[in-house]
Amino acid sequence: MSAVLDHHGHADHAHDHPHGLRRWLFATNHKDIGTLYLWFSFAMLIVGGLNALLLRAELFEPGLQIVKPEVFNQLTTMHGLIMVFGAIMPAFVGFANWQIPLMVGAPDMAFARMNNFSFWLLIPSALLLVGSYFAPGGAAAGGWTMYAPLSLQMGPGMDMVIFAVHLLGASSIMGSINIITTILNMRAPGMTLMKMPMFVWTWLITAYLLIAVMPVLAGAITMTLTDRHFGTNFFNAAGGGDPVMFQHIFWFFGHPEVYIMILPAFGIISEIIPTFARKRLFGYPSMVYATSSIAILSFIVWAHHMFTTGMPATGQLFFMYATMLIAVPTGVKVFNWVATMWRGSMTFETPMLFAIGFIFVFTMGGLTGIILSVAPLDIQLHDTYYVVAHFHYVLVAGSLFALFAGTYFWLPKWTGHMYDEGLGKFHFWASLITFNLTFFPMHFLGLAGMPRRYADYAMQFADFNAFVSVAAFGFGFSQLIFLWAIIKCIRGGKPATAEVWEGSHGLEWTVPSPAPFHTFETPPTVK
Amino acid sequence: MMVRKISQSVGRAINQVNQARTAALLLSLSAWTTAQGAQVVGDMPGGPKVHQLNLIEPATAIARDQHWIHNFVMVICLVIFVAVFAVMFFSILKHRKSKGAKSASFHESTAVEIAWTVVPLLIVVGMALPATRMVVEQKDTSGADITIKATGQQWKWGYDYLKGEGEGISMYSTLTTPQEQIDNLAPKSQTYLTEVDEPMVVPVDKKVRVVLTANDVIHAFYVPALGIKQDAIPGFVRDTWFRAEKPGTYRGYCAELCGKNHAFMPIVVEVKSAEDYKTWVDDRKKAMAALADDPSKEWQLAELTARGEKVYAGNCVACHQASGAGVTGAFPALKEDKVVLGPQEGQIKVLLNGQGQGMPAWKQLSDVEIASVITYTRNAWGNKAEDNIVQPSEVAAARK
Repeated sequence: MSAVLDHHGHADHAHDHPHGLRRWLFATNHKDIGTLYLWFSFAMLIVGGLNALLLRAELFEPGLQIVKPEVFNQLTTMHGLIMVFGAIMPAFVGFANWQIPLMVGAPDMAFARMNNFSFWLLIPSALLLVGSYFAPGGAAAGGWTMYAPLSLQMGPGMDMVIFAVHLLGASSIMGSINIITTILNMRAPGMTLMKMPMFVWTWLITAYLLIAVMPVLAGAITMTLTDRHFGTNFFNAAGGGDPVMFQHIFWFFGHPEVYIMILPAFGIISEIIPTFARKRLFGYPSMVYATSSIAILSFIVWAHHMFTTGMPATGQLFFMYATMLIAVPTGVKVFNWVATMWRGSMTFETPMLFAIGFIFVFTMGGLTGIILSVAPLDIQLHDTYYVVAHFHYVLVAGSLFALFAGTYFWLPKWTGHMYDEGLGKFHFWASLITFNLTFFPMHFLGLAGMPRRYADYAMQFADFNAFVSVAAFGFGFSQLIFLWAIIKCIRGGKPATAEVWEGSHGLEWTVPSPAPFHTFETPPTVK
Repeated sequence: MMVRKISQSVGRAINQVNQARTAALLLSLSAWTTAQGAQVVGDMPGGPKVHQLNLIEPATAIARDQHWIHNFVMVICLVIFVAVFAVMFFSILKHRKSKGAKSASFHESTAVEIAWTVVPLLIVVGMALPATRMVVEQKDTSGADITIKATGQQWKWGYDYLKGEGEGISMYSTLTTPQEQIDNLAPKSQTYLTEVDEPMVVPVDKKVRVVLTANDVIHAFYVPALGIKQDAIPGFVRDTWFRAEKPGTYRGYCAELCGKNHAFMPIVVEVKSAEDYKTWVDDRKKAMAALADDPSKEWQLAELTARGEKVYAGNCVACHQASGAGVTGAFPALKEDKVVLGPQEGQIKVLLNGQGQGMPAWKQLSDVEIASVITYTRNAWGNKAEDNIVQPSEVAAARK
């Protein structure tokens, strides 16, 4: 304690923090924890990606060549779980850790030690997830949605997944409490809520969504666990349970979850477009209201994932109407971004390219979302490759591209060096092209009726599948360019100025690059 | 009406363009595949065409409605997409710093913002109206001519004709694609993975209500050409319906992940003319009468094991494997299993009542089937049970 007191008011904290392993293991600094989150999520992106490439290798041609169908199901399941809970969500928390204190002018996150704990919980859960492949009977193979009663048939791999998801949920809830507290209590004087950067706004809303729905997921998987081992019958019809109830509970979590994965992405894009258009964000208040409306609507649309379970006509109609409504605020966001670009003075550095790529390709995913919301048509398309195409358009071209955009955008602030623009552009074009080659043909497969999660398929689907598999490897290997660009930037490069970008705005650009270990010990004043 | 016409003709145009473009675009790919030694694949009768780009040719009014609304919504989406991105790319080309563009300072406009909230809302309402009518039609399963119960189980479908012409007919429908084709040891057929021993047979132009349930996990009954997909949920009954407009074979799939052989439990619906359907029903009824086993007959070991091997191949092999070795960690081995080698009452009980989460009850099998499959397991794979023969009468006694 005395050591801390001795340094009270000291401006030179940068040379006074633990080094080596202790720096990371006992990290309480929001920047270090942010870095840990980002590297963790990148590692999980690679693991989840390898799962996907194995799937695509098996699907390269009809017949079984590489994996048995039961292993195929394990791969689809783990690909989904690892990408959702291991890659996308922690990556956004990494951004939140690095950027929120810098953007609201706070010295750190509100609860530094809880912050440490919520990161280090991820490691055992990742080990449980990946380690479940080695459990007797293999990893969970019931899909990332873990539908009962199939999940009741699995071996101990399923229990490992349940524990892993519990830990991840606890981590997310702690992270969210931290983020909400930081944003509501630690903003610089003068920064009213309606002056906050959009990224901070979207994360505030996302954090509330997380706190609301992670316990719901925890409930669903706990019931699965007790059904599996302790003789309860929540989802076992023979004992009076209801398998469909699992789906209701799961999707009550699951639909807000997809917005948890996209709202911070909206925030990143809303920071980048104005910077490179050198023009203020168009319709800031309507952006805030649109984000809030999406969050609220996300709680009343869950059963559109369940149109084929056989709900009554009135149920289908309600969920169809509610789902279609989401198109309105989402449209507002896209229109606002385009209006921000309109009559700006644009340059096209890598973050801007990824942001424009995001708007273009994410909107395609949004439009197929409208098509899927039409309940009588969803009867055809549900559980086919059309759905696979749709959610990869919003999660890969949406969330992942926004994460890439944000990384290139803030990387000079984090490392103190400019990244290699040529490499960044190469990464962008390689990703954009191979992404579309991979996922666009899936729309055709889905329309023609190819069901998802199939280890083997009819001959008539062969050519598109072969094409998709080749393109998927292209997309996978394109991400090595990203790794290369990052490492190159960390190791050196043109020194970055404090502003980094000509059109930069916001508090994070007022501190030097790289951002010192401690920033805003004296809060800045916002006009 | 106007909109409907326009979107129908646009749909047709899309299809034509699609065909031409597919032919050109994918010619090289097909040539390459063919060069790889794979046989030339043709369109699947009753299933997807090669390189199909749109929904399958509809065979019911509902599937036709789905086509229509897909074209309708697709056209609206395309118009919006082109309009928005025309503006964005125009801006990208014109408003760039390298062309000396100076940024304007506007950042809000209440009128514009209200407009682009209200207009999409109206468009969405326009989509919801025709969709509402279709939902109501799809959910109306009343007044059916024939009711068939379809039961999903790992990994096949069971069909029981409950009501209407053919009442009482009952069968299992399993995949007939040989394992050698799946393992790439034999050339694959045109109907690879979409062929079954016993298709669901229905008459043309009659309202068929399909009542769905499942024995183990959730499955889904999906036949694209008929425009239906409905989950089959264990312990619950759900229904859907179709009225096929012309005779033919229509192929579909299980669409809800149901375990390892999810991709290997297709659905085939054969639609027959009224006369052909009647002939089929009569033949079925005669065959069923002939097949009925004499309950009091005393069976010989060889007869029972021969019959049991067939029952095993049809019902047990997916989990316990042809080798009787099961799948480690998921499905127990029967070879050298203590229940199989132990007293026969124990094994009869497991078959009639099921065991744990994995083993369902098999009481729907006949006494002869249960007796023969137990006898088979007690004598196969080097098993030498003391009590090596079980008579159907003993199963019948255990049921009481």
